[in-house]
Amino acid sequence: MDGHSTYTPKSGFAKWFEARLPIVGFIYPSFVAYPTPKNLNYWWNFGAILVFMLVAQIVTGVVLAMNYTPNANLAMDSVEHIMRDVNYGWLIRYLHANGASLFFFSVYIHMLRGLYYGSYKEPREILWILGVIIFLLMIGTAFFGYVLPWGQMSFWGATVITNLFSAIPLVGDAIHTLLIGGFAIDNPTLNRFYALHYLLPFMIAGVVVLHIWALHIPGNGNPTGVDVKSGQDTVPFHPYYTIKDFFGLSVFLLLFAWLVFYVPNYTGEPDNYIPANPLQTPAHIVPEWYLLPFYAILRAIPDKLFGVVAMFSAIAVLAFLPWLDTSRVRSATFRPIYRQFFWIFVICAIGLGYLGSQPPEGGFVIAARILTVYYFAFFLVIMPVVGLLERPKALPTSITEAVLAKNAAAAAKV
Amino acid sequence: MGTAPHGDKPEPSRRDFLYIATGAVGVVGAALVAWPLVDQMNPDQAALALATIEVDIAAVGEGESITVKWRGKPVFIRNRTAKEISDAKAVALSDLKDPVARNDNLPANAMATDDNRSASGKENWLIMLGVCTHLGCVPLGQQGLYGGWFCPCHGSQYDTAGRIRQGPAPQNLEVPKYSFTTDTTILIG
Repeated sequence: MDGHSTYTPKSGFAKWFEARLPIVGFIYPSFVAYPTPKNLNYWWNFGAILVFMLVAQIVTGVVLAMNYTPNANLAMDSVEHIMRDVNYGWLIRYLHANGASLFFFSVYIHMLRGLYYGSYKEPREILWILGVIIFLLMIGTAFFGYVLPWGQMSFWGATVITNLFSAIPLVGDAIHTLLIGGFAIDNPTLNRFYALHYLLPFMIAGVVVLHIWALHIPGNGNPTGVDVKSGQDTVPFHPYYTIKDFFGLSVFLLLFAWLVFYVPNYTGEPDNYIPANPLQTPAHIVPEWYLLPFYAILRAIPDKLFGVVAMFSAIAVLAFLPWLDTSRVRSATFRPIYRQFFWIFVICAIGLGYLGSQPPEGGFVIAARILTVYYFAFFLVIMPVVGLLERPKALPTSITEAVLAKNAAAAAKV
Repeated sequence: MGTAPHGDKPEPSRRDFLYIATGAVGVVGAALVAWPLVDQMNPDQAALALATIEVDIAAVGEGESITVKWRGKPVFIRNRTAKEISDAKAVALSDLKDPVARNDNLPANAMATDDNRSASGKENWLIMLGVCTHLGCVPLGQQGLYGGWFCPCHGSQYDTAGRIRQGPAPQNLEVPKYSFTTDTTILIG
């Protein structure tokens, strides 16, 4: 990239260290001098927020693990022990549980940002696919974590989700038994879910490193979708975006603190305070809010196998976006038709989330089917066709020109 | 491939042989190591040891049911009423979504008649796993459109012989392997 700086150690110790482990020289051009487009808006804050949330989840999770017991007879009591006896245990657990919600909230904004501004388009395809892998790992981690308190929702959520694998033809039942380590969800299942819940975040961290690496090769996208053309289009990451990210993070933390201190159980299910009972199912099994759209897609299909296939396809289809979108223009700002379909898609996804929380009866099922059709049509039909037919608005010749034009318009208003 | 010392046709060298042999040993070795790592996830001996239970059903009167836990799953044992039996017998096989009995005591291709679902010679007794064949919830008894079982999770409806009639579940409720050891005791598993 233009203006790519190199680190030159100044002090004697820095030179000695750099010659032996050049890690500062690796970090400096990527996080300090890193040339970043100067027009990033606040939607770009969520990358930094997500890094913060991942670290926060790992830190609170490691501490919780020191007080938790992964045994079917003791798990729920150990969670109550954390809430009542462990010093600040209530705070750490609420931070971890609500942190998961905000982690998903942030990742959805991050994904929609990428979708709107065409962040998946050439040359950022691998970057985008690594993001889809992170999303899958996040879903797995969240699911395993949800099971750990061994309440009614945990137990039956685990039953329903692991049963999805029994839908696989021929080998499904054997795989199901292998996954849960018994004939029904029981202690071996809890034990292995705990091990995986501890493992996956570190895999996420590993893929995040690749994700950032893949980002720093072409550099950040930006709201115009126009490539950086000269050093004039960029500013160094530090201090310009470090300070902007800190500001965004501070506002985000206000929301986090409100959740944790005022409504810590807002996103939770009361049924999960009932100890797991293998002989009785709760009246309605619902996952956490951030998985509801996919749950709605699962239930919209009146067939066990195809329901499962549709649910996984709803995520897998994201990996193919770089090739499904045929438009030459990245940013939806310059795509008047696509932009409307994009917002319908956002409403559709929220609608699926609502339907996933409702009982699977009558009108809810029909609505879920309609929205499921739109969900897939958006990616498989609208994206390829609109990209070919649409006439995009004129792009600015450079980021700097776009910024100056915006400033001139703002000045004219004053 | 190695360079040929004589002629145009390259002869495999000793080094090629070593590459292939090492690769083959590596693949077999990896598979042998992977096997225990995967198989440890299957049910352990403690889980398998709980494979049979004996249940006393003397106290279960007509129109009553009990639920017992077997292999961590609920088993419904119902003493059916005469009406429930006649309702189940009145259903034509062609109306069934799953025409197979799913009875582990019978051949896999047995038809889902009421006789093939209930205990042989004791048609009032219906013994089956209380696990919805859709996604594994526990259906509620004596409810739903057919007076049999109703799964609250996704709305599957079973009749008084535990056969799927409506909803997303693909199969009839499974009848586990069992036998009557006395007139009032059954051995499940």
